[in-house]
Amino acid sequence: MSKIKSLSDLRKMREDMLSSLELRENADSDQAMVQVKIGMATSGIAAGAREIFNFFASALPKRNIKAIVTQTGDMGIKYAEPLVMITVPGKEAVVFGKVDIDKADEIIETYIKKGELVDGVVPQSYKTI
Amino acid sequence: MSKINQHILTCGGTGCRASESKELAQNLRDEIASNPAIEGSVKVVECGCFGFCEKGPIVKMLPDNTFYTQVKPTNAKEIIEEHIVKGRKIENLLYTDPVTKEVIDESKNMGFYKKQHRIALRNCGFVDPENIGEYIAREGYEALGRAIFEQEPQVIIDTIKASGLRGRGGGGFPTGLKWEFTKNAKGDQKYVVCNADEGDPGAFMDRSILEGDPHSIIEAMAICAYAIGANEGLVYIRAEYPLAIDRLKIAIKQAEETGLLGDNILGSDFSFKITIKYGAGAFVCGEETALIQSMEGLRGEPNLKPPFPAESGYFQKPTNVNNVETLANIPVILNKGADWYASMGTEKSKGTKVFALAGKINNVGLIEVPMGTTLREVIFDIGGGIKDGKKFKAVQTGGPSGGCLTEEHLDTPIDFDNLLAIGSMMGSGGMVVLDEDDCMVSMAQFYLEFTVEESCGKCAPCRIGNKRLHETLEKITQGKGVMEDLHQLRNMSEVIKETSLCGLGQTSPNPVLSTLDNFWDEYVEHVEDKKCVAGQCKSMLRYVITEEDCVGCTACVRVCPTNAITGTKKKPHIINQDLCIKCGACMDKCSFDSILLIA
Ligand SMILES: Cc1cc2nc3c(=O)[nH]c(=O)nc-3n(C[C@H](O)[C@H](O)[C@H](O)COP(=O)(O)O)c2cc1C
Ligand code: SF4
Repeated sequence: MSKIKSLSDLRKMREDMLSSLELRENADSDQAMVQVKIGMATSGIAAGAREIFNFFASALPKRNIKAIVTQTGDMGIKYAEPLVMITVPGKEAVVFGKVDIDKADEIIETYIKKGELVDGVVPQSYKTI
Repeated sequence: MSKINQHILTCGGTGCRASESKELAQNLRDEIASNPAIEGSVKVVECGCFGFCEKGPIVKMLPDNTFYTQVKPTNAKEIIEEHIVKGRKIENLLYTDPVTKEVIDESKNMGFYKKQHRIALRNCGFVDPENIGEYIAREGYEALGRAIFEQEPQVIIDTIKASGLRGRGGGGFPTGLKWEFTKNAKGDQKYVVCNADEGDPGAFMDRSILEGDPHSIIEAMAICAYAIGANEGLVYIRAEYPLAIDRLKIAIKQAEETGLLGDNILGSDFSFKITIKYGAGAFVCGEETALIQSMEGLRGEPNLKPPFPAESGYFQKPTNVNNVETLANIPVILNKGADWYASMGTEKSKGTKVFALAGKINNVGLIEVPMGTTLREVIFDIGGGIKDGKKFKAVQTGGPSGGCLTEEHLDTPIDFDNLLAIGSMMGSGGMVVLDEDDCMVSMAQFYLEFTVEESCGKCAPCRIGNKRLHETLEKITQGKGVMEDLHQLRNMSEVIKETSLCGLGQTSPNPVLSTLDNFWDEYVEHVEDKKCVAGQCKSMLRYVITEEDCVGCTACVRVCPTNAITGTKKKPHIINQDLCIKCGACMDKCSFDSILLIA
């Protein structure tokens, strides 16, 4: 570990470290982030999940929505891939199936921004995160 | 590799480690490493204590904040496959409120956390204590940096004074004032000492802070050193705290390597180093003068004060002794300001206090609440009430120096002065909750047993007096007490309090006095009726045979070692109470449940 040689160096180091704790800081605050998970096991990718992942990853910051976009593995609902799970803070997570770019756009504009559900929800028999 | 965007926090405190939380963390890491879809995007962090020890080991999933309890190493696979990969909560690991039976997913919705305000524990269960970077990200070392470069020592002392912070080691002495005394004391060499002896039975607040956030203590000691003009610090810690010692050592090393400890801190001309001194775990060595003697290599015996350590301490040099929790508050006060701190608490006790909840309470664990919170809020809202639906009887605060408080004290706002006024004290923050099955005389006896064991023996009132107190209590719990004993208990207690040399003897009769005051009838019952309503004093229980159920099989007669049972075959038998030694052999033998144990 290199030496910190001044107060401004210390502050710079803090800036650099902040991102690693952002996740934890936000989870405890009321402005928790929207979480987007995309099923990207082999079958998901074959169904076009990577394109959807890239779309969410670039569109959300552009539209000023604080969100975490994550890839995940086999969500166990193969018939409806690509699958996207959206967790809006304070609400149960919702899984959307057969998501294409248009649907993804609708999810952002209608569900994430306005809180109104859109078609394509895959029913879940589990308690989701 | 994708960016890390999910954290799994596990509890790495001593309690949870005893339940294999370290293996759990390793299994989680292994599971993540074996799954290419998530590898590199999920990070496992071993934190300090989350406080909810009742249901440990705890696992917190981020960003969704799901709170899993009593997680075993074998649950790792499920957590990764179900929660992380498929986004499904694992319902049987979620917390169920013992009172409402409601399943709660997030810690912030739990009664246990709602009324807490974590300042001293701000980083416990949040940062990785072995990573100085995470402490720095939480404004760590900012207060030290500003102190060195931008503030005169007196400005810092004035801020601490204005904050109203009082010592958390038990005495409640104003911290800023103590710093000022040490600063103004004459001496070429001064010392900063952190008291991490924590000898109260059942207390683990200081250990948890050192395990969960060791850098806050290092930073605070350095700030204190700068303020009083010292360049050497010592941490006195009991050797029974291996994990706390390890984490502290790692933290000291990291701080030295990054230039936050050692020569020319942050490139300034201020230098400060810290060494660790180990204690053998004697309660009296937590008393500051005994602690100093012990650090000097002498027997840990208290000395008469004055002189106070601030004038003449470690090797007769001015020495500032502060408790771990006291120190943990310092950096935050300097960062957020004295007014912010003083806005919390009561008129004369500012800020928050950490308590270790124990005994017959649903949520055993570590909590931090603003001063002025009532005992009722702590026990019922945060502590979740009494276990198994039993009735609350008393709460013991302040450990062996404190007293037992009752139902009528439950709405007292907790602070230093209020607790003293009702015959107990804050002490270091132990809180033991008692229910209807606890005998108050036995409780007093338990604490006196501890005191007798821990008295250093230097002065007669404590050495002999406490022994007499203990003998008298023992006599009463054995059913041999007379009314005169109760008056003797009070007289002796008062003499011991007034004439003992150090705080140990001066407070040791408190458990006796407070139970005499609050549970006089229970003492009288023990003495006059030879009866213990709680059923704890074995010698006062009687084995009796119920006439209706006894068939006269004589099985009991044959097992009784003292031939206390008599009767004719096929007719109900009786137990001669004068001969019965209460071994219970007859009750175990009886196939007809006709032998009862009654108070
Ligand atoms: C018998 C006895 C035991 C004590 N044990 C401790 C202890 O374990 N930890 C502690 O910080 N203070 C303990 N104290 C209080 C210390 O003497 C001292 O007041 C304290 O460390 C000062 O720090 P503070 O002002 O930050 O509370 C004890 C006092 C007595 C009389
Ligand atoms: S009061 Fe007890 S512990 Fe304190 S000096 Fe006297 S004998 Fe030792």
